[in-house]
Amino acid sequence: MGSNMAECHPVAFQWVVESKLKGGKLIHVDPRFTRTSALADQHIPLRAGSDIAFLGGLIHYVLENERYFRDYVRSYTNAATLIDERFVDTEDLDGFFSGWDPETRSYDNSTWQYQDGVVHASAGQRGVPQARQADQAVVGRVSDEDPSLEHPRCVFQLLRRHFSRYTPEMVESVCGVPRDQFLKLAETICDRSGPERTTAFVYAVGWTQHTTGAQFIRTAAILQLLLGNMGRPGGGILALRGHANIQGATDIATLFDVLPGYLPVPKVDDPTDLDEFCRLNGGDAGGYWGNLRSYLVSLLKAYWGQAATAGNQYGFDYLHRLTGDHSTYQSTLGMVDGWVKGFFVLGENPAVGSAHGSLHRQGLRNLDWLVVRDLYEIETASFWYDSPEVASGEVRPEDIGTEVFFLPAAAHTEKAGSFTNTQRLLQWHEQAVEPRGDCRSELWFAYWLGRKIREKLAAAPELDDRPIIDLSWDYPLLESQDPDPEAVLREISGWSGDQKPLPGLGAIQGDGSTPCGCWIYAGAFAGGINRTAQRRPHWEQNWVALDWGWAWPMNRRILYNRASADPAGRPWSERKRYVEWSEQEARWVGPDTPDFPADRRPDYVPPAGAVAENSLAGDRPFIMQADGRGWLFAPSGVVDGPLPTHYEPHESPVRNALYEQERNPARQRFRRPDNPYHPFPGEPGSEEYPFVMTTYRLTEHHTAGGMSRFLSRLSQLQPEMFCEVSPELAEARGLRPGGWATIVTMRASIEARVLITPRMTALRVGDRWIHQVGLPYHWGSRGLVRGDSANDLFPLVLDPNVHIQEVKAATCDIRPGRRPRGGFE
Amino acid sequence: MSISKRLPMWPVVRQLAEGDPLGLGRAAASAKTRAIAPRTALADRVVPSICPYCAVGCGQLVYVKDEQVTQIEGDPGSPLSRGRLCPKGSASKELVNSPLRELKVKYRRPHGSAWEELELDQAMEMIADRVIATRRATFERSDAQGRPLRRTMGIASLGGATIDNEENYLWRKLMVGLGVVQVENQARI
Repeated sequence: MGSNMAECHPVAFQWVVESKLKGGKLIHVDPRFTRTSALADQHIPLRAGSDIAFLGGLIHYVLENERYFRDYVRSYTNAATLIDERFVDTEDLDGFFSGWDPETRSYDNSTWQYQDGVVHASAGQRGVPQARQADQAVVGRVSDEDPSLEHPRCVFQLLRRHFSRYTPEMVESVCGVPRDQFLKLAETICDRSGPERTTAFVYAVGWTQHTTGAQFIRTAAILQLLLGNMGRPGGGILALRGHANIQGATDIATLFDVLPGYLPVPKVDDPTDLDEFCRLNGGDAGGYWGNLRSYLVSLLKAYWGQAATAGNQYGFDYLHRLTGDHSTYQSTLGMVDGWVKGFFVLGENPAVGSAHGSLHRQGLRNLDWLVVRDLYEIETASFWYDSPEVASGEVRPEDIGTEVFFLPAAAHTEKAGSFTNTQRLLQWHEQAVEPRGDCRSELWFAYWLGRKIREKLAAAPELDDRPIIDLSWDYPLLESQDPDPEAVLREISGWSGDQKPLPGLGAIQGDGSTPCGCWIYAGAFAGGINRTAQRRPHWEQNWVALDWGWAWPMNRRILYNRASADPAGRPWSERKRYVEWSEQEARWVGPDTPDFPADRRPDYVPPAGAVAENSLAGDRPFIMQADGRGWLFAPSGVVDGPLPTHYEPHESPVRNALYEQERNPARQRFRRPDNPYHPFPGEPGSEEYPFVMTTYRLTEHHTAGGMSRFLSRLSQLQPEMFCEVSPELAEARGLRPGGWATIVTMRASIEARVLITPRMTALRVGDRWIHQVGLPYHWGSRGLVRGDSANDLFPLVLDPNVHIQEVKAATCDIRPGRRPRGGFE
Repeated sequence: MSISKRLPMWPVVRQLAEGDPLGLGRAAASAKTRAIAPRTALADRVVPSICPYCAVGCGQLVYVKDEQVTQIEGDPGSPLSRGRLCPKGSASKELVNSPLRELKVKYRRPHGSAWEELELDQAMEMIADRVIATRRATFERSDAQGRPLRRTMGIASLGGATIDNEENYLWRKLMVGLGVVQVENQARI
């Protein structure tokens, strides 16, 4: 769901085909019929943005027909846990949970906690609500639970009630999926789950780029936990990420709200005391996050070396603080509004790749200075003389005051380093040749820019300059004057006294003696060997292939694989045998690295006062969770509800059939004249934008085109921007095959060639037909093949958890002919 | 040319002698074809690499001759890709060798109407000066209530999904040192 794997991740799709050849079933749920659908046993078109209703329908089906994996659910999830008696569900508040504050448009999650106490999140929004900061945190065993799963306030019953109206009939009327198709799919999934079999969900940005994106994944997580498909071979929820190192960039971490290894960046209202900060961010919780303080101290030691001492809380006093959402779209608005003055763009092309392109280009025009580093001169570098706004005469280059530095970058063959792939596998690429001309690696750029800045500041330092001057910045230089990338990987992997590489994350200490740049990557250089460069061919090892690359953490290939054995440590079935307890060897054994303390017995009962991973019993496989269990109900971490709820996309042609509250109430909106939104259905003007539009990728192009539109062969294979419409929509709007169409929103009008195909299906939603327009988003004004950018059509409106934009579902109009031209053409 | 030299070149003889009676294989090759070898056979060295496009992480083998990338093939040893590459991965030789690659620093002064040349080192000096000046001008030591902020909101950074872990790590480290909060990458988008 939310992925066209055959076309967007074709080489990985070979494994899906292999599975099919062995009798596996492939089901594709997607608005469009694609090459993935062509190879599927069943293709189900659904209305873009209705996935929670669809998956919620599956949860309903599993619960009502008792198709869940009973032993797994009882032992490994929080199904039995009792929730605070003050919790109120969306069923009672018509689309809101308890704790909603209409002033701030946000939730206080105090009432979502366990009856036992507050529960720290293992990911997402950390911290404890103000009202409950003095409360005891849940560590290890939860006492308030009902193993019979019958208590009305146990998670299982709350779940059942929450999804009680997500019936097949509701799925039909919300998603446009006929009942018989839905029931066939539900049966297939249930038949293919349980002790003997597993089902996997594969998704991509079709699930994430929504105002309810994080909750799409949560819904799948609930379903997979109910079916017992997590931590087992052939199971899981697998994200297909779109860039070579998007996973690593997330881990290591070029994101405003996390430090490497998902450590939280302190907020302005967080305690200034390191220990208290760690406590309130999960440092006293059960599971491995109970070691948060050690992980953070070790990162700070890697950052500030000798200057990080117990006296300055290891450099905690050097860290900047957050005052809200500082994600990239906020920065864009900051450029437009004039408070962001300087901007670095490293291998990205926001002028084409981000929602509401014209707003980004407006932001770029308003900067003092801009540094773009890329292989080619992309639109983000040329906005000042080559953009839709310059072409239309709206702006003239001489009126744009931005100072632009374009620095050519080194390609992957011209530098060595590691990429982390979509399944957490770090793989090293060697340097093949030296870069030409002024081309340099980002490693060179970061190192030398840092060195110059530090030298300049050291001449006359001010108080605020200590963090930059004290940064540990000694890296051995290669002949090319690049820092040695392996030296950086060593720092990431960590070392103990006398520079000895850490064997793994278990060796990380809280006293500053083990500098480690990213705790989840600890051990990537264990034994002084670059583990990411392991390359034993697959024919020389078993199917798990532990000797190819290195997966974080600790080279584990399936996360939470303790769950592949039953509570007593025995395989659930011979067929799905993976990691199990060996009484003889007194440790967990299997083809993979066990994702559990290696010698922790399955019948281990934590002693009183045990902390972190030692507070979890031997039958709690989800070792990052405070209670060691998979969360059907998320008491914290998710800001827009402990359970997923169907809301319409921000722009939708239909009303919410389930609740009075139409849209995700916590979604991030930006109500300003340069970011207009279409009216809700029924409001004046809404009929002007009657169709649903969604964006997607093509095999031959890569995201915003910076690595594909400049290549002759790829450009020949996909030479032109087009839009995909159904024969019915083409007829209704007078569109001709191969002719031009203009797609219109309040943000932009773009033109595209028309592709009329029954692969786009009109869907019956409620009492009307919904037409969808498909738009690849690879084009811009540069490169060998040029065209309008689909992202220009979309508004800025974000998911509140991760601040991602909604570009997989919005409304539009489509008309025959080319778009209007400005007066200067 | 003597008959003893010419006879073996006669196609019928070659077809029979070379085990290609239908003349559809080796025997049909011209002298020119016989004289050439695939670039993969002529390489000075083969360097293991990883495809730079999507996140599947297919193995690549980069063939180098005379310090030039002459071919990029799938790595058959990879348990992920088993030697396969998609159209983009197969095009990655052009990605690195394309004549459209930018090789020189380009500079556009405020209100300028054309790119200008700039030495790399001078560009680095200028960028360092801009960072320092903007940081100084926009630094926030604390908020209105006196709580520490230690940051600049005047500088933002975007990118990281197409570059290495080591690069992301070092870049973020520098940005944290400077107090630059707004460091983001494609993962958000």
